[in-house]
Amino acid sequence: MHTFLSRVNAVSAFSLSTLAALTFLCFASTFLVNYTAPVTINAANVVLKNVPEYAVSREKHDLGALRFDTTADLTPLFNWNTKQLFVYLTAEYETPSNKINQVVLWDKIIRRGDSSMVQLKNQHLEYYFWDDGNGLLGHRNVSLYLSWNIIPIAGTLPLWSGTGSYKLSFPSEYTQGRSF
Amino acid sequence: MFQMDFLDDIRRMNCRQIFYQFLNFAMIVSSALMIWKGLMVVTGSESPIVVVLSGSMEPAFHRGDLLFLTNYEQEPIRAGEIVVFKVEGRDIPIVHRVMKVHEKEDGAVKFLTKGDNNNVDDRGLYANGQAWLNRKDVVGRARGYVPFIGIVTIIMNDYPKFKYAVLAGLGVFVLIHRE
Repeated sequence: MHTFLSRVNAVSAFSLSTLAALTFLCFASTFLVNYTAPVTINAANVVLKNVPEYAVSREKHDLGALRFDTTADLTPLFNWNTKQLFVYLTAEYETPSNKINQVVLWDKIIRRGDSSMVQLKNQHLEYYFWDDGNGLLGHRNVSLYLSWNIIPIAGTLPLWSGTGSYKLSFPSEYTQGRSF
Repeated sequence: MFQMDFLDDIRRMNCRQIFYQFLNFAMIVSSALMIWKGLMVVTGSESPIVVVLSGSMEPAFHRGDLLFLTNYEQEPIRAGEIVVFKVEGRDIPIVHRVMKVHEKEDGAVKFLTKGDNNNVDDRGLYANGQAWLNRKDVVGRARGYVPFIGIVTIIMNDYPKFKYAVLAGLGVFVLIHRE
């Protein structure tokens, strides 16, 4: 009746279902959490060039560049089901050719246990700010905002944005020459 | 003694019993298939559950983690989300993050992806001359995450003999096991 195999079977089945139930509770307990946080963003040194984007085509596209400051305290986002945050700065704008443009300019991975304060001063862009054409010249309404993707220990992968953004204006003339 | 038991079981089966065992087996296979196809309908994705096969999204996803996908047409693709996409000439779908989105008035969208653990964007992974992904390339978008579980499929794919041994063992067990 109580052979070794039947005991192994019972123990492993019970521990598997316990683990599954705990994992589900872990997911359920953080399903409705509000993961937003206040953010301040500032930008300066905004320049614009018109150069060929060879990775896409030979045509000249608008290439923006800027420095930015941002502060955010993301400590409250770490609960027992947060493994990691993927924090990223997005530029969103509308052009005559595209209704929605979103370009990620900078990102950072904050793992559990890392310092969860984002404090950047005069930060360079990590990625090129290429437009899909020539829509940035004289653009007065490019919004910068900071968002994050919450990577759980087990559960959903929501995207949340900080409250607070920055409205960016591009010059109405291209900068010539090599340097920014 | 353990072996004698099940041999005895088979010996005692009559024709009707054997037929019932095969029906039982077919029932298990078809319900597994139905669950998978049902998930495809509910999620709108051609593969609703995928196993992460590479380390390009570390430290978020490791090899063997499980992702649940949805692929609803009406949900727009936005920067920052994790998509699973197929590229012409590559059999295995890729799980990466959207870094750039350009969407036209009529909803036509093109986007660029990058793996969190990679230094460069994915243009080198796309088909020759392809600079952007489109809506049709998307297999699904990551909605849920469970760690480790998918490692079973990775082990099975790495050691096909082990896979066949497990499948054969399970099949034989179902066929000869009496309710």
